[in-house]
Amino acid sequence: MSEIALSQTPIHLRHGSNIGQPLTRRDGVLKVTGAAPYAADQHPSGMLYAVLAVSSISRGRVAHLDVASAKAHPGVVEVITPANRPALAQDPDEKSHPFMFRLDLLQNDRVRYAGQPIAIVVAETLEAATEGAALLEPRYEIEPARVGLDVGESFAPQAVGPGFPPAAHRGDVDAELVAAKKTITQTYETAAQYHNPMEPHAIVAAWDGDTLSIDTPSQGMAMAQGRLAGIFGISPDKIHIRSPFLGGGFGCKGLIAGPQVLGVIAARAVGRPVKLVLRRDQMFGPVGHRGPTQQTLRLGTDSEGALLALDHHTKTMSSTYDDFFEPASTVSQTLYASSAVATSHEGVRADIGTPIFMRAPGEAPGSIALESAIDEMAEACGMDPLTFRLKNYAEVEPISGKPFSSKALRECYRQGAERFGWERRPLAPRQMRDRDGFLVGWGMGTATFPAHMFAAQAKAILRRDGSGIMEIGAHDMGQGAWTALAQIAADGLGLDLDQLEFRSGTSDLPDAGIAGGSAHTATAGVAIHNAGADAIARLADLATNDERSPLFGAGNAGVIAREGRLFRRDDPSRGESYADILGRAGLAQIEGHGAGGDPNMHAESDYAKHAHGAVFVEVKVDPDLGQMRATRVVGAFAAGRIINPRLALSQLYGGMIWGVSFALHEQAVVDPRSGRTMNANFAEYHVPVNADVPSVDAILVEESDAHVNVLGIKGVGEIGITGTAGAVANAVWHATGIRVRKFPIALDRLLAQ
Amino acid sequence: MKNFDYVRPKTIREAVSAAAGPGAVYLASGTNLLDLMKGGVTKPNRLVDITHLPGLDQVEGLPDGGVRIGALVRNADLAHDRDFAKRFPAVAEALLSGASAQLRNAATIGGNLMQRVRCAYFYDPASACNKRAPGSGCDARGGDNRLHAILGWSESCIATHPSDLCVALVALDAVVEIEGSAGRREIPLETFHRLPGDSPDRETVLEPGEMIVAVRLPSEAVQFAAHARYLKVRDRTSYAFAVVSAAAALRIEANVIAEARIAMGGVALKPWRARAAEQILIGARPSTARFTNAAATALADAKPSGDNAFKIELARRVVARALAAAVAGTPERTPALPGSPFAAVSGALAHV
Repeated sequence: MSEIALSQTPIHLRHGSNIGQPLTRRDGVLKVTGAAPYAADQHPSGMLYAVLAVSSISRGRVAHLDVASAKAHPGVVEVITPANRPALAQDPDEKSHPFMFRLDLLQNDRVRYAGQPIAIVVAETLEAATEGAALLEPRYEIEPARVGLDVGESFAPQAVGPGFPPAAHRGDVDAELVAAKKTITQTYETAAQYHNPMEPHAIVAAWDGDTLSIDTPSQGMAMAQGRLAGIFGISPDKIHIRSPFLGGGFGCKGLIAGPQVLGVIAARAVGRPVKLVLRRDQMFGPVGHRGPTQQTLRLGTDSEGALLALDHHTKTMSSTYDDFFEPASTVSQTLYASSAVATSHEGVRADIGTPIFMRAPGEAPGSIALESAIDEMAEACGMDPLTFRLKNYAEVEPISGKPFSSKALRECYRQGAERFGWERRPLAPRQMRDRDGFLVGWGMGTATFPAHMFAAQAKAILRRDGSGIMEIGAHDMGQGAWTALAQIAADGLGLDLDQLEFRSGTSDLPDAGIAGGSAHTATAGVAIHNAGADAIARLADLATNDERSPLFGAGNAGVIAREGRLFRRDDPSRGESYADILGRAGLAQIEGHGAGGDPNMHAESDYAKHAHGAVFVEVKVDPDLGQMRATRVVGAFAAGRIINPRLALSQLYGGMIWGVSFALHEQAVVDPRSGRTMNANFAEYHVPVNADVPSVDAILVEESDAHVNVLGIKGVGEIGITGTAGAVANAVWHATGIRVRKFPIALDRLLAQ
Repeated sequence: MKNFDYVRPKTIREAVSAAAGPGAVYLASGTNLLDLMKGGVTKPNRLVDITHLPGLDQVEGLPDGGVRIGALVRNADLAHDRDFAKRFPAVAEALLSGASAQLRNAATIGGNLMQRVRCAYFYDPASACNKRAPGSGCDARGGDNRLHAILGWSESCIATHPSDLCVALVALDAVVEIEGSAGRREIPLETFHRLPGDSPDRETVLEPGEMIVAVRLPSEAVQFAAHARYLKVRDRTSYAFAVVSAAAALRIEANVIAEARIAMGGVALKPWRARAAEQILIGARPSTARFTNAAATALADAKPSGDNAFKIELARRVVARALAAAVAGTPERTPALPGSPFAAVSGALAHV
């Protein structure tokens, strides 16, 4: 049962329909007062501290660890190395399905990337454990690090991203390029990025016999249970995970990461509860990242600016020991109409930790390259970038030929352009200056992200006192699941929000599916909606079959639920409260169950399902010094039904700011000799600060979708990055006349002239 | 981390005595030192906490019109001291261009002089660094060195000094008051930091146990108040170390430059005073051509230490721009984006 109870109700509680209301976060007060319990806040009695020692080399083996010195340090309880690590039920290098990533759990002395855990030191205090780890002073047999996209031979991966085909095409791009009147071929480079949620991976693990209790941030508790069950050879139901709040996830907490498992191993080894929290620099290695890309786009148009060919090829990198290839080309399959479209990928392997899903995996780097190339093609055609995009507007999904389930992108273009003032944009670059002499540039990009659905369950309860409960093990990463899902639950049960107890955030509740792919609100929301409908249907059955009820004979379809009462649809004056129905039936409560996810989710859909948007960006650039700033960002997004506009806007703002980051700031700087990330800290791994994003504006464009799911939700978590990053790059070009194709854009590149 | 002694002396004399031994360091707010200790970059045996010493947190006007800034004055307190900012606007602007509001609220003036380089190889104990481990080599050579030195570097070290404050102070002939076992001495800040040469591990002229007690700005520095600016080019708008920065201060009489001060940051292991460039300006009417000429002179000896040749041209432009900004006149109030090229932005978008 859930041990987390939120006492706070939203400040702007509104009666009647809850969906669509801009409620503030129900957990907001808990968070701003520090009362929201994050994993690292837990401190069970008898707890010890674990600190990881990590490798400073990228390839080789650990030849020696000074375990004796570490163990001799006052307060150190245990040092766990491959020599004494407790046996596991499963080889950490086993991979029985594509979502099972190989982990570094001290299985041997090999080192395969910098930052790989090589030992755990457990101590009575954090300080003692930290010093114990330092005292290990590892000696290595070093092999040369293989670093960068130019390392080794490239190959065609079997799959990219989460099992997508690596290549696809429609038509013959080579033939169309020959026939084209105008063509461009350009290569764009994006840097490796690390998720770096504010809250690092943390775990507090406690064993009681073969029962495991853990506090850890998770975007997918049920999958984590399954993974841990396999590793430790216990039943998943023996594992209880509490994850009520995440301080950000962005994909690196989707699957349980090696260091979290090491915390569980440490607890088992010492027989006491153990806390393990990664340091910021330890976030660069064993918990995933976004691989770098080198993307080549070839585009061709006819004399009128209609695309004949769009070829998008991505070279990207995985680790030497596992497969995750950033599916950057895939975005070109869905966005622009073209007589021929081809997408492909090639991979290389380097001595790095395995990349993983990172907010808008594929779409983010793919979009910055595609939107840059579209801009360059528009320039080659002498066309306004918006006119060019409208000219090549896809009425059906280009690669599949399927109709879109809904697509209000034209309206996004229109509303975004109007809010931004795009029509005043001069066609040529380097035409605009502000009154202080800064170069001003305006750029745009199209945003897109698929509308996914995963599987989920929920349980609803209506109680005799007229209140309701909704149970689902959902994940609040900061996006507002505690609030938005409760809104859906309240409507699903026909209750006001203050009559609803919403239980979430623990693994003993029904599985809400993974909080990823921008699909959590849709997936969990549909399960909740269906569970509510099921409970209401059972309640209606009771009433309509009871001749003492004013609803007798109305039939299920003839009853509606609202504000804790059932009414006849044809005569709203005839109705009665849930409490009366349950009371008369002598029932304490009634339960409903519901599943989310399309029951035919594995079947081929008749529709292409995507959210869309249009982002317009103004940058200012110092003409002499090259320093630049995105002074104005306006995005208009159509993402189906919006459950909570306040939270949706926050997601879009965050995504757009990430887009600015992608274009101008974010990159892991890797030493080419050692393979170590040299800026593994927040002083030098730049993300935008407030002064970098003085004006961010988002418009929610109305869109109704009857096909994505019963609630019409598409998701808003990732789309904000797409479109924005390319729009920033295009604005830098428009300001300066300099086209920078290596991201992030460095001011060095703008110093020419 | 490694265990260490922690002592909290009651007087400066006690402090100097406590810090005389090997492995002892002074602790003020620790905004840099504690990070270095946590990362295993420095491993002192003893921390001498000077934050409780009396009398070091005052900003005092001197009889001759100069100012004496106690070593424990907080960056934010000094920058927001309206009288100080009015008389030494480039110093206030430099202070406010550095770090974040939280760090400025904690960090001290003395500590600012003592902050260590931001070279990634210095911070990474697994890398060779002659500053951290003398004789081990310099992995910044041939590594990631985009932001490294273009002036005064040696084969043994190519790092830059990260301070903004010190750049403005050096331009204005600040003096450092130092207390040691042999008593008190004072030296110009310009000679306080050492160039790397063969011993980059020796970063300042401080002898073991010596302690900064104050920084003084002479009365002459006030004469630049009407034309004094700090300009700092960064990879993001705020909360970033300088790619290149410059302090420029002019005394203009009858539209002629009577006196000029130029110092650069982010270019060398110390704040770099450009005296030859200053000479070019004296007696001249302000003009773009003259500023460009001075800037070229300031960088005459510059050479790249790696993948950073762009910084030479950038530094020329920064110096010329800082001079132009100084001529235009010190703004009534410190700009909302202090030190930024975007400090000039008119209107509502300039908030920080």
